[in-house]
Amino acid sequence: MTLALALEQLLNGLQLGVMLFLMAAGLTLIFGVMGLINLAHGSLYMVGAFACAAVAAATGSFWLGLVASLACAAAAGAIVELLVIRRLYDRDHLDQVLATFALILMFSEGTRWLFGSFPLYLDIPPLLQGAVALPGGAQYPVYRLAIIAAGALVAFGLYLLIGKTRLGMRIRAGESDREMIGALGVDIRTLYTVVFALGAALAGLAGAMVGALQSVQVGMGEPVLILAFVVIVIGGIGSIKGALLGALLVGVVDTLGRLLLPKLVGVFLQPAQAGMIGGAAASMLIYMMMALILAMKPRGLFPAAHA
Amino acid sequence: MLNRETLVNLILAALLLAVPLMANAFGQPFYVTLATRVAILALAATGLNLALGLGGLVSFGHAAFFGIGGYAAGILATHAFSGDPLLLGLSGTNQMPLIWLVAMLVAGLVGLLIGLISLRTSGVYFIMITLAFAQMVYYFAISWPAYGGEDGLSILVRNQFPGANTMKPVSFFLICYAVLIVALGLFVLIRGSRFGSALQAARQNEVRVATVGIAPYRIRLTAFAISAALTGLAGALFADLNRFVSPSMLSWHMSGELIVLIILGGTGRLFGPLAGAALFVIFEYVLGGLTERWQFFLGLILLGTVLFARGGLLGLLAGKARHG
Repeated sequence: MTLALALEQLLNGLQLGVMLFLMAAGLTLIFGVMGLINLAHGSLYMVGAFACAAVAAATGSFWLGLVASLACAAAAGAIVELLVIRRLYDRDHLDQVLATFALILMFSEGTRWLFGSFPLYLDIPPLLQGAVALPGGAQYPVYRLAIIAAGALVAFGLYLLIGKTRLGMRIRAGESDREMIGALGVDIRTLYTVVFALGAALAGLAGAMVGALQSVQVGMGEPVLILAFVVIVIGGIGSIKGALLGALLVGVVDTLGRLLLPKLVGVFLQPAQAGMIGGAAASMLIYMMMALILAMKPRGLFPAAHA
Repeated sequence: MLNRETLVNLILAALLLAVPLMANAFGQPFYVTLATRVAILALAATGLNLALGLGGLVSFGHAAFFGIGGYAAGILATHAFSGDPLLLGLSGTNQMPLIWLVAMLVAGLVGLLIGLISLRTSGVYFIMITLAFAQMVYYFAISWPAYGGEDGLSILVRNQFPGANTMKPVSFFLICYAVLIVALGLFVLIRGSRFGSALQAARQNEVRVATVGIAPYRIRLTAFAISAALTGLAGALFADLNRFVSPSMLSWHMSGELIVLIILGGTGRLFGPLAGAALFVIFEYVLGGLTERWQFFLGLILLGTVLFARGGLLGLLAGKARHG
C-alpha cells in the first residue's frame, strides 16, 4: 500500500466524517435543547438532496440548488415541528421514536409520490470539477475537498453561533434549564422551532452536498441517520464538540477499516477468505468501536453536563 | 370474574383461530397465510413486549433476534438438505422443534451479549445502542457471502413437524397458533412471578428496587435474553412461512415495525401484540389493495395513534391499562 492511497482514504474518511457531523450536530442539538430523539432527521437529509437535485435540474445551477436545499429542509423542519414535534416534547422516548418513525414512512412515500421511484442525479458544479494532485502523486477530486472545507466552515460557524450570539446563549440556556429560560421571558416555543429548523437545514445541506457524489433516492437518509446515531452516542448526546470528534472518528475508522482490515486478515489467511472475513469485520468495525467505548464510558466520550 | 380485558382477549384469540379455519373450509388458503403472519408477528412482538412492556426497555434492535432466528432455521435447513456438516461434525436438521430450540438458544445468547453492554446505558442511549447492534448484525449478514449475503437464503422445502404436514397452510397455521398461545401463557407466568414483579418494579422506580436489595441490571438482562429468545423463535417460524430468509428480516424497519405492533395494540398488555399484529396485517392488506402508497397512510395512522390514542386498540376496546 502506498502513501498516496493511504492519504486518499484518509481524506475520504474526513469527508465522510464531516458529512456525519452535519447530521449529528442537528440531532444532538435537538436532543440537547428539546430532549427529543428525532428519527426523521434522515428524511430531512433526503429532502435537502431532492430539493437541490430538482432545482439544479430546473435552473442548471448547483448553487441555486444548494440554497433551495437549505430553504426546503429548514421549511420542512419548521412545518413538522409546528404540526407534530412540539406535541412530543413532554412524551417519553418511546412515543417520540414511534411518531418520528411514522414521519419517515410519510416522508419516504411522499417523496416517491412526487418524484417517482427512479433516482435523480446531481452534477458537480463546474467550479469544483477536476482534481488536485496529492503529495505522493494521486489525484483527488476537488469537490470532496470542498465538502471537507464546507464542513469545517459550518463547524466554525456553529461554534460562533452557539458561543457568541444571543441566539446561541438562549440555546445554551435551554440546554441547561428549560423551565427557567421560559420563566425569564424567552419565547421558548419559537426557540424550539428555530433550533429544529436549524438542525433540519444542516441535514439538508449534508444531503445536497452528498447528492452530487451518489444518486439522490428515497431511503438515502437512513444509513446516514444510523451512523449519525452512532456518532452522537460515541460523542455524548447533547455535545456539539462530541459530535464533531465522534463524526471524524467514525468517518476515518470506517473508511480505513474497509481498506486495512482485509489486508490485515490477509496476512493470516488465503486472499479469498481474507476478503470475506475482513470485509465482514470492516462493516461491523464502528459498531464494535461504539460498544467498546460505551462499555468503558456509558455516557459517551464528552457527556453533556446536564441530563 | 371475567373482566372486560379478559373477555376481549378471549374474543381476539377465538377470532384468530376461527377466521383461518373458516377461510380454509371455504377454500381460501390466502387468508390462512395472512392469519399465520398475524400469529408469527404477534409472537415476535410478545417477545419484545416482555422487555418493552414489562421492563420498559425500549429496544430498537429486536429485528436482530428476529433475523437470527430466521437464519438459524434457514442455515439448519440448508445443511439438512445438502448433507454438508454444519459445525464440529454436527449436521443440519429439518425438524421444527430442534430448529426452534437452536433459534431460541442462539437468539437468547446474542440477546445476552447485546444486553450485557446495552443495559449499562438507559433512555435514549439504550434505544440507539440496540439499534446500532442490530445494524451490526444486519451488515454482517449482508457482507457474509456463505449464506446468500444480500440475496438471502431460500428454504426449498418447509421444515417438518412430527405428525403434521407443514406444507398444508392450515396445519402450519395451527402450529404457529399453538406456539403463540404457549408464549402468551409464558408471558402471563412471568408477569405474575416474583421475577416479573421485580422487572415491572424496576421500570417504575429503579432506585426503590435497588434499595430493597434487588439488582435491576440482572433482572433486566434476564428479561432481555428471554425476550430475544422468543423473538428468535418467531423469526424461525417466519422463515418457514416465507421459505426464505434475507437481511431485510434484520433491518431496522423490522425493529420499528415490532414496536409499532405493540403500540397499535396497547403497550404492556398481554394481547397488545396480537391486537397490533392483526391490525397491522389488516392495514397492510386493505390499504395495500387500495393504494400503492399505503405506507404513507400507515404512517398517518401511526402518527394519529401516538398523538391521540395512546392506549392502542386494547385501550379503546378494554379500557385503560391497570398499571402505569
